[in-house]
Amino acid sequence: MAQTTTAPTHRRAAGIFDVRNIIAALFAIYGVVLTIMGAANYTDSDSRKTGGVNLNLWAGLAMILVAVLMALWAGLRPIIVPAEDGTTDKASAPKEF
Amino acid sequence: MNAVSGGLRLDAGPIDYILIATYFVFVLGIGLIARSQVSSSVDFFLSGRSLPAWITGLAFVSANLGATEIMGMSANGAQIGLPTFHYYWIGAIPAMLFLAVVMMPFYYGSGVRSVPEFMYRRFGSTAHLVNSISFAVAQLLIAGINLYLLATIVNTLFGWNIWLSTVIAALIVLSYITLGGLSAAIYNEVLQFFVIVAALLPLTIIAMKKVGGWNGLTSKLTHDQTHSWPGNGLTGFSSSFLSILGIVFGLGFVLSFGYWTTNFVEVQRAMVSKDMNSAKRAPVIGSFPKMFIPFIVIIPGMAAAGLGAFAGEKKPDYNNALLFLMRDLLPNGLLGVAIAGLLAAFMAGMAANLSAFNTVMSYDIWQTYIQKDRSDDYYLGFGRIATVIGTLVAVGTSAFASQYPNVMNYLQTLFGFFNAPLFATFIVGMFWKRMTPTAGWTGLVSGTLGALVVAILSKDALGNLSIGALNLSGQGASFVSAGAAFVVDVIVSVIVTMYTSPKPESELRGLVYSMTPKADFAEGEVAHWWLSPTKLAGVSLVLVIILNIIFH
Repeated sequence: MAQTTTAPTHRRAAGIFDVRNIIAALFAIYGVVLTIMGAANYTDSDSRKTGGVNLNLWAGLAMILVAVLMALWAGLRPIIVPAEDGTTDKASAPKEF
Repeated sequence: MNAVSGGLRLDAGPIDYILIATYFVFVLGIGLIARSQVSSSVDFFLSGRSLPAWITGLAFVSANLGATEIMGMSANGAQIGLPTFHYYWIGAIPAMLFLAVVMMPFYYGSGVRSVPEFMYRRFGSTAHLVNSISFAVAQLLIAGINLYLLATIVNTLFGWNIWLSTVIAALIVLSYITLGGLSAAIYNEVLQFFVIVAALLPLTIIAMKKVGGWNGLTSKLTHDQTHSWPGNGLTGFSSSFLSILGIVFGLGFVLSFGYWTTNFVEVQRAMVSKDMNSAKRAPVIGSFPKMFIPFIVIIPGMAAAGLGAFAGEKKPDYNNALLFLMRDLLPNGLLGVAIAGLLAAFMAGMAANLSAFNTVMSYDIWQTYIQKDRSDDYYLGFGRIATVIGTLVAVGTSAFASQYPNVMNYLQTLFGFFNAPLFATFIVGMFWKRMTPTAGWTGLVSGTLGALVVAILSKDALGNLSIGALNLSGQGASFVSAGAAFVVDVIVSVIVTMYTSPKPESELRGLVYSMTPKADFAEGEVAHWWLSPTKLAGVSLVLVIILNIIFH
């Protein structure tokens, strides 16, 4: 676990599996759905619940913003993964405790 | 089992279920990809090697931001109010910084992968066995709390009775484990953290708006609920001096140091770092989000009380504080996000308990002491059976957990039994090279017994099993029983050490302070001050002191 990986021959960005991209994807979906809910389906009952704030709309827009920032961050400062060269060993993966 | 209060029902619509389903498509999708091992990127993330410190730091906090924390701390906020902040600013941050600066060199430097493994190397096989058994029992009891809370959500969503909800919830967790949800642990934890914040932050803002801001909140609650010191409401002590002592020594020292420094679900997150510097920095980085989490967990709980969620109830069910707010404040859409976040946290929490139970049962107990030298398949098969049996037992322990109107009381009692003695044994064993293997296990056993005796003598720490001989109740009883565990453990360890023989010094390298190379503790050269764990820890400490002063 403390060992450093032996100089891999190829290195590449973590790409879609970079956790920031996954956050960006989920938040983009959530953000768009909530924004549409807020814009198109803001009911009186919603307004009564939130005390007159269109919560879905604002939360949706904020989540879209987070999605964009995460994707930008992942794009500008990618995490480099040592490419498959046989050094990946499952044994050093964290045990669950 | 208690029925969950009256007809509390979350009015989730189709759009909410779609958002919940979306979340699980993400989580299970990554799990499946991870299990089929097609991507070195996923592999890389899961093994955690050379991950940036911010990810390990976030995973570190998120592994702890589970059901018990979200529901328990908001329940505490609803019942007790501002003194609950002590769980963060007194009961978490100092211990996290201590773990980073003092304990991490032992863990990371010696390369152990689990608490039982550390016990084995430091104290030999009896201490290892005692610790393994106590760890396995603790996991099942805590899994019961997670299961009970998960069942509460299922109950409020569908209205099935609590027994049926519990069984369904248990089946959901089992299928989550089987489908590989747990194999994507680091993804889940980081993702879960953001979803929970995305749900709780708007909930808090709206709750505060409706209750009339900070002034509106304080005017609706009692004096004790809006002042963190001396926290008599938290400890249940009538004397303010004893209350402060209980919070600082019981919660701030024994319970919290015990929890954060010996809980390997936590420590594991830092252990996978690429080097000593990152390993030490992970808990420090985690301490920054950690100190602001109470604002979106405890404050909504207090706001729920301020908005009258529990008014007129004879036996208020504080565990449901957040669910009340979600029902009354969140529109469909955001409600789905909130339910997804809570379900994710509860499932992941229980799954982690079961998985930890499985690992310790299969390898630390069964393979080490009962059936040695069998094939890997044999132990994998055994592990599957252990997981199923563990789930069945958790259904039983969840019934016990359900009798607590505030699960935090129960959880802290458990920590007193299991973590407090372990911390005492660790800390003495790490700094006193003479401490013997026999002292290691006798200390653990007697510490746990000491805590158990106090809990039984108290009024309600063990629910119906407590007899009430001591005038202790609520979380004060847990603080005292944890303190008792610590003191008894240390005394027994010292006495037993006097009469038994220690391990040879050559076997203690990396495990005892005076036997560990000083280079492990030295700070390497770093490019910026914020890359130095100690300096960053100093900033965190100053910040938490300022927060303590503002919200005193």
